[in-house]
Amino acid sequence: MTANAVVSTSAAEPSLLLGKLSWNSLPHDPIVLSTMVVVIIGGIGLFALVTRYKLWGYLWKEWFTTVDHKKIGIMYMILGLVMFLRGFADAIMMRLQQVMAFGGSEGYLNSHHYDQIFTAHGVIMIFFVAMPFITGLMNYVVPLQIGARDVSFPFLNNFSFWMTTSGAVLTMASLFVGEFAATGWLAYPPLSGISYSPSVGVDYYIWALQIAGVGTTLSGINLIVTILKMRAPGMGLMKMPIFTWTSLCANILIVASFPVLTAVLALLTLDRYVGTNFFTNDFGGSSMMYVNLIWIWGHPEVYILILPLFGVFSEVTSTFSGKKLFGYTSMVYATVVITILSYVVWLHHFFTMGSGASVNSFFGITTMVISIPTGAKLFNWLFTMYRGRIRYELPMMWTVAFMLTFTIGGMTGVLLAVPPADFVLHNSLFLIAHFHNVIIGGVLFGIFAAINYWWPKAFGFKLNQFWGKVSFWCWVPGFWVAFAPLYVLGLMGVTRRMRVFDDPSLQIWFAIAAVGAFMIAAGIAAMLIQFAVSIWKREELAETTGDPWNGRTLEWATSSPPADYNFAFTPRIHALDAWYDMKAAGVEHPADGYKDIHMPSNTGAGIILAGISTVCGFALVWHIWWLAGASFATLIATAIIHTFNYKRDFHIPAAEVAATEAKRARLLASAGA
Amino acid sequence: MSSATTTIAAGSEAPVYYEIDEHPHPEGHSTLLGFWIYLMSDCLIFAILFACYAVLGGNLAAGPGPKDLFDLNLIALNTAMLLFSSITYGFAMIAMQNKNLRHTQMWLAVTGLFGAAFLAIELYEFSHLIHIGATPQRSAFLSAFFTLVGTHGLHVTFGLVWLVTLIVQLGRHGLNPANQRRVACLSLFWHFLDVIWIGVFTFVYLMGML
Repeated sequence: MTANAVVSTSAAEPSLLLGKLSWNSLPHDPIVLSTMVVVIIGGIGLFALVTRYKLWGYLWKEWFTTVDHKKIGIMYMILGLVMFLRGFADAIMMRLQQVMAFGGSEGYLNSHHYDQIFTAHGVIMIFFVAMPFITGLMNYVVPLQIGARDVSFPFLNNFSFWMTTSGAVLTMASLFVGEFAATGWLAYPPLSGISYSPSVGVDYYIWALQIAGVGTTLSGINLIVTILKMRAPGMGLMKMPIFTWTSLCANILIVASFPVLTAVLALLTLDRYVGTNFFTNDFGGSSMMYVNLIWIWGHPEVYILILPLFGVFSEVTSTFSGKKLFGYTSMVYATVVITILSYVVWLHHFFTMGSGASVNSFFGITTMVISIPTGAKLFNWLFTMYRGRIRYELPMMWTVAFMLTFTIGGMTGVLLAVPPADFVLHNSLFLIAHFHNVIIGGVLFGIFAAINYWWPKAFGFKLNQFWGKVSFWCWVPGFWVAFAPLYVLGLMGVTRRMRVFDDPSLQIWFAIAAVGAFMIAAGIAAMLIQFAVSIWKREELAETTGDPWNGRTLEWATSSPPADYNFAFTPRIHALDAWYDMKAAGVEHPADGYKDIHMPSNTGAGIILAGISTVCGFALVWHIWWLAGASFATLIATAIIHTFNYKRDFHIPAAEVAATEAKRARLLASAGA
Repeated sequence: MSSATTTIAAGSEAPVYYEIDEHPHPEGHSTLLGFWIYLMSDCLIFAILFACYAVLGGNLAAGPGPKDLFDLNLIALNTAMLLFSSITYGFAMIAMQNKNLRHTQMWLAVTGLFGAAFLAIELYEFSHLIHIGATPQRSAFLSAFFTLVGTHGLHVTFGLVWLVTLIVQLGRHGLNPANQRRVACLSLFWHFLDVIWIGVFTFVYLMGML
């Protein structure tokens, strides 16, 4: 679902007032036009509803300006979910096109539109679905797991979220105003250079990722410092919950890789805007420099996505097997080893570049070596389950599905790591099948496990089991029906990103894949129904104990949902599974002696700064120089004004804390806990 | 690893599970660590620009090379300005530790003057290069050169804006803990830029003249 071309790039000279923007920038393609109409009507409807029920004040005060890590975490998850629907719409459009375009048929998408769709699908799924999901999870869970009241830099957290949203807004704007990149999700030059991509698509790509990248990097710094500095007394590094460990490693990867993306995109920007020659074909530029640099970011990125979910699977396996995690120490070391190794494998994305046998061998071997710590993790999960009392609740079901699916994805990855094999499979649908196998089977299944696991904590009621199971049984077989044919096609030599096909014998495989995509669509629909039904029947599904799964880590020591301050008294940690330890020791929560709690104040600075950034990014995309300059100056000025505000905190009075805690105690007593 | 449950030795006091006497985290207790990590991420951006210069720096595209363009005397002067500014920032830090607001502000202002002098010389160098046709568009070498040196210059510019803001804030609120933290952060930033510049000076200018 990406916009049609700006009709002609030579249509008009850029105007002083509007830059390259003109009426021609609006969609002409009937598919995009009708989508736009629907979105506009939906948007007006939503706006009207919010206004009708006078919710703007509530949203602004309680959500948009919040510095509470829990609310910010939930907002990240909502962003991820919304963008997931958009990214999936792209996916199903590709499946339809590929199954139709046989026997001389052109399908229903022209090449310009189709190229934007596969680009947008990749960009959205990685940057605006997977990243918000994992950042949201870490934001919500990590401070609770370490017994903290918030993150180290609460304002920065709010700002990071809005910057990510700003990037998503720019990406969505490209659907209706202008076009998106038609280059593939990593925008390799020279194709993404100004001579081959003269219109605004790549510029949307660049500025959306740069603005979102600011948010990602800052939230990475924030969470690292939070984990290092804010742990409850007694929680040494080797007493940290495993999810917190994997989050720490993922955030170290973020801080140590996203600046590379920032730099390489900035160089591409200079090539496009200023006419420098970093990645051009002439004047000494080297496009292979770009490919190297972007994968120096790109490979760690996939571990940024998967590591936190490894943590989720560890927590879930241990909780639902009723046992402590098998091999905690080896799990930590495996995570750290993966973190380090993820930096020395980037070249396996382009063995065919021609770096020579020794370089390719080095990167092939390092890539295979990563499978060792990953394998160790899998065995740890299996041994955790061994002789455990396993409860097959939804989070555990997703975890088992992950183990089976991810292992196969991992094995095809090892296969691709063999350079001679890669020469055959490079850029084929085999590769597409492989990374969907690990990203859907690992990241997405992990997110679903996490949502089902922590939902009761976040909202105070469990998710509906029936619709959750329907979703599960549509998703998991649907995944295999959708992607197993791609393995077959890839082995037959079909390359990725093709729009039309000649060989009629291939069509059946695309048809099967399309069926799989519709099964996944059913799974997504069932999941949305699951959310709706659960919210509808929240009284029946209510969870008053704060500990619905007999959990082991500190987040289950709080009420569901936790109070603003998380913990009335900071817990002191004596063992790895701190909450399990407290339950075993029969610890009673103190009933009085509450003190004022020091908390950060809400601020509108984050959303305002991000809003100005969006305007600035839009102006830069369209070469509206006066607006770009003005909004950039406003951005700096607003940031400076914000630093003149020294009053950024307040105290929750002890009486209020006592009232909140008393209410919880009554709830607990009535639940018979 | 400790086991899941704590074993309590007989006769010893029961372990404490909740901190009844809150010991609040002082505000901003982790700001410096956070700022350090930010600086390392910034350092990575420079690492990429250095790498680009290393790879592309020899691609002159039949245009002028380092030996045709660089004037080491000018660069030595430039470097001296930046190094002096680091020393004067050190004096500002000492003044701050002595709780001397006026001196802190004065040394910060002096630092800003040296920084501005550095920028002026750099801008002069750039305009001279562009004037003789050695523009960033001329070759990959010049693209990499202008970007690396220019990015450092942009950082110095940003540092100057921050410096001025901070002098004003010191005037308004004095040496309160928040301002002390900010002065310390900018100090890290400023010295960091010095370290980067030493890399630029050595790697780009000195080695370019070899």
